Amino acid sequence: MAEIRNYTLNFGPQHPAAHGVLRLVLELDGEVVQRADPHIGLLHRGTEKLAESKTFIQSLPYMDRLDYVSMMCNEHAYCLAIEKLAGIEVPLRAQYIRVMFAEITRILNHLLWIGAHALDIGAMTMFLYAFREREDLMDCYEAVSGARMHAAYFRPGGVYRDLPDSMPQYTVSKIKNARELAKLNEGRQGTMLDFIEDFTKRFPEKIDEYETLLTDNRIWKQRTVGIGVVSPERAKNMGLTGAMLRGSGIAWDLRKTQPYDVYDRVEFDVPVGVTGDCYDRYLVRVEEMRQSNRIVEQCVAWLKANPGPVITENHKFAPPSREDMKSNMEELIHHFKLFTEGMHVPEGEAYAAVEHPKGEFGIYLVSDGANKPYRLKIRAPGYAHLAALDEMSRGHMIADVVAIIGTQDIVFGEIDR
Amino acid sequence: MSVKMEKLKTAVEEVLGDKLVSTKIALDELTVVCKAADTLAVMTALRDHDTLSFEQCIDVCGMDYSTYKDQPWDGPRFAVVYHLLSLKHNVRVRVRIFAEDDSFPVVPSVADIWSAANWFEREAFDLYGIVFDGHPDLRRLLTDYGFVGHPFRKDFPLSGHVEMRYDAAQQRVIYQPVTIEPREITPRIIREENYGG
Repeated sequence: MAEIRNYTLNFGPQHPAAHGVLRLVLELDGEVVQRADPHIGLLHRGTEKLAESKTFIQSLPYMDRLDYVSMMCNEHAYCLAIEKLAGIEVPLRAQYIRVMFAEITRILNHLLWIGAHALDIGAMTMFLYAFREREDLMDCYEAVSGARMHAAYFRPGGVYRDLPDSMPQYTVSKIKNARELAKLNEGRQGTMLDFIEDFTKRFPEKIDEYETLLTDNRIWKQRTVGIGVVSPERAKNMGLTGAMLRGSGIAWDLRKTQPYDVYDRVEFDVPVGVTGDCYDRYLVRVEEMRQSNRIVEQCVAWLKANPGPVITENHKFAPPSREDMKSNMEELIHHFKLFTEGMHVPEGEAYAAVEHPKGEFGIYLVSDGANKPYRLKIRAPGYAHLAALDEMSRGHMIADVVAIIGTQDIVFGEIDR
Repeated sequence: MSVKMEKLKTAVEEVLGDKLVSTKIALDELTVVCKAADTLAVMTALRDHDTLSFEQCIDVCGMDYSTYKDQPWDGPRFAVVYHLLSLKHNVRVRVRIFAEDDSFPVVPSVADIWSAANWFEREAFDLYGIVFDGHPDLRRLLTDYGFVGHPFRKDFPLSGHVEMRYDAAQQRVIYQPVTIEPREITPRIIREENYGG
């Protein structure tokens, strides 16, 4: 009788379903996964070590490049950690802007996730639909910071500048006629807040569209129901956070339980799954998009009514205005010291966590009083999730591994750091 | 929140008793320092005791204190910092454990208590060379296959020791000593006390 042996398969690092540079060594018995051993680090850039040789403000743009589909949420955690350590008061308007952009970022992230996840398990159209809405939100990023992705917009003490009074518009080109142009620019006539408000009105219908494609889709259900089931006890033990934890039926959301900025002033619900499989996590994330939309709506209403400063007046941490700098000696010195030497964060250690679209994103900052961090540790949610891949995929078919990677919402920028 | 922290502090002191080296509340965060030998007992108590129940190990990270404040560091060089989260009581705690031997730092592994610690400990081993005693699978994780050294130690240069390039003559990828000079654009400064009056 022929000897039956397990088969070892290399999945990635150049596989489109590996979501980047994941090398997965799968031990297979036929088509059933016996063991999954992820090899990570192919995108390791040593962000934490680099931060030790840069001033606090110089490391801020590195945060965008961690989880490169939810840029501003990473900055948010970093800013909160510095603010906690230095005891900086953030103006209320800045807090609202941050919350609004954190939620816009959540929608951006979930749109990419739903597109990529659906594409991985066979639904091509989702990707195109999701990117259509992403485009509008990317425009918001661009309008406010000048960059479509790596914004570097949040700063310790607030945000870099106030929201713009106008939205950039499409201009004439060979492929767009006047009528089409007028249609494209229809929502862009007013301020940026008008544009976002218009988006929040349109968006719930778009989510319904996504749901008609997937929620009752037989193939979608066949691929996700009962796949990668995690019990609540194991979810806690394995360090899962965010939608991965809520999908297993644990109502835990840092925005509710440990609110930061103005999350305690806005209304939203926390969706919770029941079975802890891929399908429940899908439902949780879709509902999260609706809730984020609600938060954005409330922030827009508040921001329209309440103008004010958007960054702290403490010029040891935030630059003074150009006008003050040029008319006031002391402000000139502040400006010079801040941009040559950088800010000095008092000695101590702080851990600040945000409810990132993927889970709990934490920054553990140790400062010895210098103008650079002594140690910066980034707690990436995807790291713990990928560590759980082995346990989640055991006993599943090889095609289900792709579904599980998709449901974990893996992005290598944050895992490898 | 600070009342909550005081309560947590007394609860921790009650449960752990003489296993504690020190406890401190700063910035509304509780930091507990323990001895490496007591790690497993302390962590199990923190997870299982009803008044604490830290069910989640959020983060484990290595620390190298050798250049802290740019002065010679008095005490053990390496430490492991654990961040634990209790969903039941909605509190966090930070546990710091110093590894006694600087030349061969060893700390017991908590991977059996929280599965989440498995990869975090592998990372700390990879980047700091801290050995976790009893870890099921202590391999390098983030650095290259065949990497030499522990890159996040303070005496490891930012540029590294080797660089990789494709050698056309040998028709393969080779490693060679780094050709770039390390440079510091903004110097690291710790201001003296009462700086600027």
